[in-house]
Amino acid sequence: MAEDAKTPAPPPPPEGEKKPSAEMPAAPVSNAPVKPVAPAPPAKPAVPADSTTPPKPAAPAKPTGPVPLLWSSPLVEKYRSQYGTALEGLTYLGQNYLTVKSELIPNILRLLRDEEQFDYCVDITAVHYPKREKQFDVVWILYSFPRNERLRVTTQIADGASIPSSVSIWPTANWLEREVYDMFGIQFDGHPDLKRILLPDGWKGFPLRKDYGILQQDKEWVQINLGIESGQ
Amino acid sequence: MSAPTGEDTKNISHLAPSNRENSDQGETERKNVGGNDLTFENPDKTYLDSNELIINMGPQHPATHGVLRVILKLDGEKVLGTECVIGYLHRGVEKIAENRTYTMFNPYVDRMDYVAAVSNGLGYCEAVEKLLNVEATPRAKYIRVILTELNRIASHQLWLGTHALDIGAMTPLFYTFRDREEILKIFEKYCGARLTTHAFRIGGCQYETYAGFEKEVKNFLTFVAPKIDEYETLLTTNRIWMERTKNVGVISAADAIALGVTGPVLRASGVKWDLRKAQPYAAYSEFDFEIPVGTNGDTYDRYLVRMAEMRQSLRIIEQAVNSIPEGPIMAKIPKVIKPPVGEIYHSIESPKGELGYFIVSDGSTQPYRLRVRPPSFVNLQALDIMVRGLLVADVVAVIGTIDIVLGEVDR
Repeated sequence: MAEDAKTPAPPPPPEGEKKPSAEMPAAPVSNAPVKPVAPAPPAKPAVPADSTTPPKPAAPAKPTGPVPLLWSSPLVEKYRSQYGTALEGLTYLGQNYLTVKSELIPNILRLLRDEEQFDYCVDITAVHYPKREKQFDVVWILYSFPRNERLRVTTQIADGASIPSSVSIWPTANWLEREVYDMFGIQFDGHPDLKRILLPDGWKGFPLRKDYGILQQDKEWVQINLGIESGQ
Repeated sequence: MSAPTGEDTKNISHLAPSNRENSDQGETERKNVGGNDLTFENPDKTYLDSNELIINMGPQHPATHGVLRVILKLDGEKVLGTECVIGYLHRGVEKIAENRTYTMFNPYVDRMDYVAAVSNGLGYCEAVEKLLNVEATPRAKYIRVILTELNRIASHQLWLGTHALDIGAMTPLFYTFRDREEILKIFEKYCGARLTTHAFRIGGCQYETYAGFEKEVKNFLTFVAPKIDEYETLLTTNRIWMERTKNVGVISAADAIALGVTGPVLRASGVKWDLRKAQPYAAYSEFDFEIPVGTNGDTYDRYLVRMAEMRQSLRIIEQAVNSIPEGPIMAKIPKVIKPPVGEIYHSIESPKGELGYFIVSDGSTQPYRLRVRPPSFVNLQALDIMVRGLLVADVVAVIGTIDIVLGEVDR
């Protein structure tokens, strides 16, 4: 409930920096290293130029909105003392999340379930940032029934790297991880049956990657299946 | 299942220890398939020692509520395991979102859970509002609650009719569809659409209520309350219904939580958890209602929970329609929606369970990433443990009781 409370922020100033800062604001706590938190490339990769494309985001000055703040809570303190800077707690618009190094991955999730009662894994998903060195954000959305609290855990992994599966922690991860694999091609080590779930087994490519254009896909499908040059 | 043959007879006779030496090679192989504990103390094992049978149910099967294919591993008529093959209705909703503006994507969400389009729209609009850090106006919130709860009743009515039809009771289908029509008429008058309503806009509602909206909603409340009792007279104490649903498809609370099951399925297992209460959104914190829960986690309890939920929805609508505040229906939001850089997760209690939207904004007019957390998809995963050990006919009952909509499973 607390995390749902909307922070009544004043309307963002109409003009801001040309590029919304992806850096942390000057951290109020001195021991926290300044670290990029928000998605690094704000510009979208080339979207197929069809009529639906809105004006390029770079043209008008972008309003700067609220920025993620450091989240101080006993939970963060506890795991920071254990893992140090490999883990950071942040909060954005009242929603808390942890950014962790990928080496921590099955352990921190297991600890969150066993020690902090995050017994319900709501969702597992990923975000693709093709211009970043570690291209993928993998996101676990957790909920605790006893605490009535949500928490997201985010980690970054490189393209081609794999990440330990959390099926042994939450059985619900089975299909969720399969979907992430299906859409992004991220490998989950130790998953009992990692194969495509929504797309046919013979599908080429991973559609939710940013370099997977819908027009190109549509055209290719038309050419292969209908035998004509273009369906447009 | 194969007819008894001479081999099968021999197979039974090998239960006598004296005959074991006579077993030939083929029999040893078959023994391995069925396991070696073929004794009369193990009545669950088959004596015919038939091989397991793999059959396909669906994707073109009326009881799978769409295009769900379930591969059943059977021993006779007993289910040993299942595997769901999904994706036949996959439209790439999440990819579409990345190529549309926030406003343009709004009608697409109606096509996910197409029997509860209003709920989908509410979840999406609230998630984007959260990302924009704005809130809908009080009047819009009340209209949203009324329409969403009407949609919950419509969704449960459709579920009840089709679920009962699957099990063999045909009458409820006609009753529920007859009464659901009244809700669809209200939707049609409000926004012009019956199923894919697109009722809400980011920031509030596009339409003011039509003249006579309150009166029609109130008329509907007095009309439908006795109808819900009528459905119950057909089923609740019906001997066949009880035989077909009690102790069928049982899922414990611990299993349900581990599998991420939400909605009426979770509540029927005894977990008193409803997002409308746990983390209230829209105007739900202002209304008085209860969370119905079950005890056994079986198909019958899930039926009772949904019946009770319809009555609770009526309570909510009644309170809301009597106190719709005056005021604007749209909050002040910019014409071009450009949320600041950031990520947000927002979820609501849809008729099927927790419907969540995880949106990543890069500051442009299009979502950088939009993830839908569909309740049907996650709940369907529990089918396997719910049907193990049951008969094939019960699989139909369990698919019905989970209440999936394939448009939402596949997206």
